[in-house]
Amino acid sequence: MSVADQAPRFAGPVDQRMWSERIPAPWWILGLILLLLPIVANNFWLFQIMGWTFILGMIGLSLMFLAGYGGMVSLLQMSIAGMAGYMVAILGPSGAANVSLGLSWWIVLPAAFLIAALFATISGALAVRTDGIYTIMITLAIAAAFFYFTRQNYSVFNGYSGFNLVLPPQVFGVNWRDPLPFYYLTLACASLCYGAVVYLARAPFGLALQGVRDNPRRMAALGFNVTAHRVAAYALTSVFASTGGILLVWQNAQIAPGTIGISSAIDVLVVAVVGGIRRPLGPFIGAFIYVLLQVFSTDILGFFGFSADRFKLIIGIGFLAIVLFSPDGVLGLWDRWRARVVARKGATTGAGA
Amino acid sequence: MDNFIKRYPLWGLVFVLLAAAFLFLVLAPWPPELVAIWGRKQIFLNALLGGITLGALYFLVAAGFTLIFGLMRVVNLAHGSLFLIGGYLGYEVSTASGSWLLAFPIVFILVALIGLLMQFFIFSKMEGEELRQTLVSIGLSIVFADLMLWWWGGQSYSILAPQFLQGPMELPIVSNVNDSTGAVTWLRYPSVRIWILVAAIVIGIAMWIVLNRTALGMLIRAGVDDREMLAASGVRIHLVFLAVFGFGAGLAGIAGIIGATFQSLSPGEDTRFLLASLVVVIVGGMGSIVGAALGALIIGVAEQMGFVYAPTYSIVLTFLIMAAVLAFRPQGLLGTRR
Repeated sequence: MSVADQAPRFAGPVDQRMWSERIPAPWWILGLILLLLPIVANNFWLFQIMGWTFILGMIGLSLMFLAGYGGMVSLLQMSIAGMAGYMVAILGPSGAANVSLGLSWWIVLPAAFLIAALFATISGALAVRTDGIYTIMITLAIAAAFFYFTRQNYSVFNGYSGFNLVLPPQVFGVNWRDPLPFYYLTLACASLCYGAVVYLARAPFGLALQGVRDNPRRMAALGFNVTAHRVAAYALTSVFASTGGILLVWQNAQIAPGTIGISSAIDVLVVAVVGGIRRPLGPFIGAFIYVLLQVFSTDILGFFGFSADRFKLIIGIGFLAIVLFSPDGVLGLWDRWRARVVARKGATTGAGA
Repeated sequence: MDNFIKRYPLWGLVFVLLAAAFLFLVLAPWPPELVAIWGRKQIFLNALLGGITLGALYFLVAAGFTLIFGLMRVVNLAHGSLFLIGGYLGYEVSTASGSWLLAFPIVFILVALIGLLMQFFIFSKMEGEELRQTLVSIGLSIVFADLMLWWWGGQSYSILAPQFLQGPMELPIVSNVNDSTGAVTWLRYPSVRIWILVAAIVIGIAMWIVLNRTALGMLIRAGVDDREMLAASGVRIHLVFLAVFGFGAGLAGIAGIIGATFQSLSPGEDTRFLLASLVVVIVGGMGSIVGAALGALIIGVAEQMGFVYAPTYSIVLTFLIMAAVLAFRPQGLLGTRR
C-alpha cells in the first residue's frame, strides 16, 4: 500500500505565495480574537465556555474527519476520548488511590494516547467490516458496551463512581487547571488538531481516504487498500479524540461512566452535524452553540417559563431542525446565505452570478 | 438438515454432540461432580429460562426494528423510545382500567399511530437518504426521551401482572432429586414469563406466516428485495411502508408493556432496549425475522448466563458475541448480503 506515489497530484499552477499569505484575512482576525480573548473575558468564559468548546470541538473534529472525509459516521469518538481520559486517571494519580497507579505524566500521556489508539483501531477494524448506516449501529453498540463495562468493572475502571481529583501535571511550574493556562492549552491543542485535519485533507492519505469515501470499488481497483485506509482513519482520529478526552478529564478533574454514556456519544454527533460535518471548522462552531445552549439554558428556558431541565429538548429540536432543513449544518446555512447575497449583487449590477 | 450433515459431517457431529450435552444439562438430574463445578442445577435452569424469556422480549422489540430496516432501509434509532412510550402508556391504561390485557390493543394502536405519523411526516420525505433518516431518528429519540422524562419523571414504574398470571408454575423439568427419598422436585418458574414466551413464539410464527403465506407478506418480501420494481409494477408501496412501520412500532409498544411487567421502566431503558435490538439484529442478520429470533435467543441467554456466572463481564460477553459475528459473518447469522 504505497499511498504516497499513487496519490493524485494537482495539475494546476502551483501557488507561489508564502504560506502566511495564503491564509485569508478572516482567519487572522479570528486567531487574534482568540489569542487576545483573555483581556476581555472573565475566568468563567475562558475555562467553562471556551475550554469546553475547544474540547468538545476536538472530539467532534475526530468524528468530522471520519464522517466528512471517510464517509464513516462513528458514534465511537466519545468512547475513544473516554478511554484516553480513563487511562490518564488509571495510570496517573487520582483520588481513587487504590486503583490508580500514580505514574508520572511523561509515561501516562503517551500510554493514554497509545491505548486509546489501539482501542480505536480494534473497534474501527470491527466497524469497517460493514459500511454505510451499519457503521452507526455497530459503533453505537461498541460505545454502549464500553459504557456498561466501565460501569460494572471495579478492578480497573472503578465502576460507577469512576475517578475524581484527576489533575493535570504541574509542568513548567504552571498550574494548567487555572483558567488562563487552561484556555491557552486547549486553544493550542484545538489549533494543532484543526491544522492537522486541514493538512491531512490535502495530504495523500486524506485524498485517498476521500476517494475511498466516494468510490471504494474504484479505489480498490486502483490498488488502494480500502480497509486499511478506513482503519487507519480510525487510528488517526483517535489522536484528536484522545486529546479532547484527556483535556476533558483535566477540566472536570474527574471521569465516570456518565462521561462516556450513550447520550454523550450522541452529543458529539449532534455537535458535528449542527456545525457542519463537511468542514473541519464545523465541529467547533457546533460545540460553541452546544456549550452556549447548555450553559445558558437555565436563563433562556426560565425566560419562556420552562424549567431548566428541558435543555435536552431544545438540543433535540434544534438538531432535528438542522437535519431536516439544513443537512450540512450551520456552515451550510452560512454558505447558502452568502451565495444568495452574491447572486443578488450579481443581479443588481448586471454581472453573472 | 440431511443435506447439512452430508455436506459437513464433522460439523454435523459437533452440533449433535452439543445438542445432546444441552439436553443432558436440562433434563437429567446433575451428578454431584458437575454440581461441584457449576453450582446447583436450579441456578443454571433459572438462568437459562431467564435468558430465553428475556430473548422473547428482545425478539418482540427487535422484530419490528429489523422489519422496518429490511423493507425501508430506515435505521430507526427512535425504536427504543417507542418501546418506552409503549411501556408508560401501558402503565397508564392498565392502572386506569385495571385490566392488563386491555392495555395491549390500546397501546398497540397508539404507538402504531406514532410510528405512522413518523413515517408519514418525516421519513417518507427523505426516502433513500439513509444517513439523514438515521440522524432524524436520533433527534426524535432525544426529543421523545426528554418529553417522557418531563411527563413521567425519573422514577421507575412497573406494571403488575394480572391475577391469573401471578405465582409460579411447575415445568416438566427435573430440578433436583432427593438422594435419600428419591423424591423428584420439578422446576418452578414464574408463570407470567412462561406465558410471555408462549405469546412471543405465537407472534413470531404469526409474523412468519403473514410474511410467507399471504398477499401482504408477498408484497413486503418483494419490497425488501427490490423496492423500485415493486413500485413500478403498480403497487402503492407507500401504503405497504406505512403498514410495516405502524406494525413494527406497535410491536415495540407491546414489548414495552411486557418489559414493564418483567422488570421496570425508567428513563434510560429506551437506550438499553435500542442497544439490545441493535445487537440482536446485528447478530441475527438485518431484515430477517428468523434471524431476529435466533439473535434474541442467543443474546438473551448469553446475557442471563453472564449475569449469573460472571456478573462483571456479562456485557462484555454480549459484545464479544457481536464482535465474533461481525468478524466472521458481517451480514449476521441469517442475513443475506445485498
